[in-house]
Amino acid sequence: MSLGSPTKYWWDEPLDPYEKTWVWAAGVFCVLITIAMPFWHYTGDQNPSQEYYKISPEKFDAATERFITAYKVGEEQGIPVVVPPPKSDIFIRAHQFGWEPILKLKVGQSYKLHLGSMDMNHGFSLQPINMNFQVVPGWDNILNITPTTTGVFHIVCNEYCGLGHHTMIGKLYVE
Amino acid sequence: MASDNFRVCPTTGLKVDFSAQTLIKLNAFTAIVFLLVGGLLGLAIVLTRWQAVHLLTAELFYRALTLHGIAMLVAWIVFFEMALLYFTSAILLNCRLAVPWLGWLQYILMLVGGAIVTVMVLTGNADVMFTSYVPLKAHHLYYLGIVLFAVGAILGCVTFFATLGIAKTEKTYQGSVPLVTYGAIVAAIIAILTLAHGAIFFIPTWLWALGVIPMMDPETYRLLFWGFGHSTQQINVAAMIACWYAIGTLTVGAQPASEKFSRSAFALYAIFICIASEHHLLVDPGISAAHKEWNTGYFMHLAVLASMMHAFSVPAQIEIALRKKGYTKGMFEWLKKAPWGDPAFSSMVFSVTGFGFMGGITGILYGTEQLNIIRHNTIAVPGHFHATVVVGTTMAFMGITYYVLPLIFQRQVAFPTVAKLQPYVYGVGMWIFCIAMMFVGGFGVPRRHWDITAAESLFKGELSFGPTVDLGFAVVAIGGVLAFVGGAMFVLNAVATVAMGKKVNQ
Ligand code: HEM
Ligand SMILES: [Cu+2]
Ligand SMILES: [Cu+2]
Repeated sequence: MSLGSPTKYWWDEPLDPYEKTWVWAAGVFCVLITIAMPFWHYTGDQNPSQEYYKISPEKFDAATERFITAYKVGEEQGIPVVVPPPKSDIFIRAHQFGWEPILKLKVGQSYKLHLGSMDMNHGFSLQPINMNFQVVPGWDNILNITPTTTGVFHIVCNEYCGLGHHTMIGKLYVE
Repeated sequence: MASDNFRVCPTTGLKVDFSAQTLIKLNAFTAIVFLLVGGLLGLAIVLTRWQAVHLLTAELFYRALTLHGIAMLVAWIVFFEMALLYFTSAILLNCRLAVPWLGWLQYILMLVGGAIVTVMVLTGNADVMFTSYVPLKAHHLYYLGIVLFAVGAILGCVTFFATLGIAKTEKTYQGSVPLVTYGAIVAAIIAILTLAHGAIFFIPTWLWALGVIPMMDPETYRLLFWGFGHSTQQINVAAMIACWYAIGTLTVGAQPASEKFSRSAFALYAIFICIASEHHLLVDPGISAAHKEWNTGYFMHLAVLASMMHAFSVPAQIEIALRKKGYTKGMFEWLKKAPWGDPAFSSMVFSVTGFGFMGGITGILYGTEQLNIIRHNTIAVPGHFHATVVVGTTMAFMGITYYVLPLIFQRQVAFPTVAKLQPYVYGVGMWIFCIAMMFVGGFGVPRRHWDITAAESLFKGELSFGPTVDLGFAVVAIGGVLAFVGGAMFVLNAVATVAMGKKVNQ
């Protein structure tokens, strides 16, 4: 019984064939799921891109400002609207409690998206297509993206970042 | 044979050390009080996330969520584990408790630490969630409270190992320790390693909050936090599985089909503790894909192997025991004749199946690099871990409580009919709650979020997750309320039993 001491030589007792079969089956399953992840990493086309740099919030802020000044076309709700050229570096800056700028991207074109935070951790959650990435202060999290559908998207913050967390919504257009 | 410090248990014939007994009572009872606090908060939270009700204000919601995480995942679980450590060492090994004052210090430090943390959160000095990711900053006393709590827990583990040492030298048992004690040893080893690891980032964070040293890099904090936070979940898994085996023996007299098989599986947990923790960081910057894949892929699945081995041997030992009782007709007579009215048994069945089918499978899925993109920080994640840590761990602990009450508190359960129904109410409620949360999470609904209609944002009125999500949240709430009722049935019955249950004959 499991509440009392076992017979003295429990480690010498052979396994039952059922137990052996199960360990093998479970082992094979574990190997398969272990292979699946790197396999998809090399063959699939939706992986978190693994480019990132350490960058101070001030530097990231300055880069975002340069980007906004260069490509700004207007404003919506006081937030700059930016139309960057395809294949360029584009920036979204997260802070308590907002995302800037509003990007207008072209469907089928690729961009290098830089995500950075001015203060807390934030969560970049693009809706309604539902893709989620962590935005960490002190780091530039880079995503190589190619929009495949046109429309209006919203960026919900999905990492708790303070008492105004739920007011932190951004916007993005693909046309 | 009863001496001054012992009584002899009339049911098991084991010697029960009085200081061990008192500490088990105190820790278990305190755990249950925290379960009550956490349950009330859980109810308030779930009724807030159901936006048709939207019970709490934003500020209170985030505060309640912070305290719910701490009261449940930290206080309820760890206090109960302390009781299990004393039970599996002193009681099961027929031994006296080593250094009783150290055990008392464990209890006092954890109680004081827990009280400080609770007060800090309630007074609005720590609106940081239990993860307290820097640069979010709480009052420095909050971190002190956590440190005191953790030191207390380490002392509990030290007392446990010292007791094992005494039992061995005084030869209070023959041969190897029982399987349940073995599982507790694995849990305690992991606890000491992970709590020591926790000091690496919690103490610097505390000093930062005091203004003594600069802030640690936020990504480094996340890496260290989850190296600790994920690994501590292996303590809960090991303790939970030890309870499965204990309940198997207590309810149907099951014996491990193979000690070698079960013990090897336990050992895998201890060997592969720190890994898999990076599945919390799959979409983070700062860590390479190769590192994440090694961490979450290769090594994690050896812990998965361990769980799958237990998932085989726990039902197997029960089938064997019931077949021995003569329930041998067909494939499933043993299953039909199992003691479904015994709350420990039914809790254990919920725990095994919920942990395996709901928690385990979703854990493997959400923990892959690619699928994590569509689940990271969505409400599917709390859906997943309520399956593991609530249906799994919490229900296992509730189940064993139904035996701790007569054996240690020496009281008959006050309301046996309530006890009989309780696991079904709680278990079914939690299944509904978890599955609905995982379903809603599939639409990208964020976790830890007060208002998914974004009514107070610049783009008010533009964002909607659609009517399916609204309906989904109603189902989440129904499951949550049902689970709350089941939780209340457990807590009130336990408290009534301790206060006025009939004394078990000595
Ligand atoms: C009556 C039972 C319970 C109900 C109704 C409940 C409900 C909830 C809800 C609605 C959330 C928040 C989801 C969100 O907005 O992110 C949550 C979070 C959480 N729950 Fe529970 N819960 C219950 C029991 C438990 C138990 C027993 C545990 C642990 C053993 C637990 C641990 C947690 C943790 C760790 C979180 C995450 C907090 C955070 O995000 O910081 N819950 N719970
Ligand atoms: Cu945010
Ligand atoms: Cu936020």
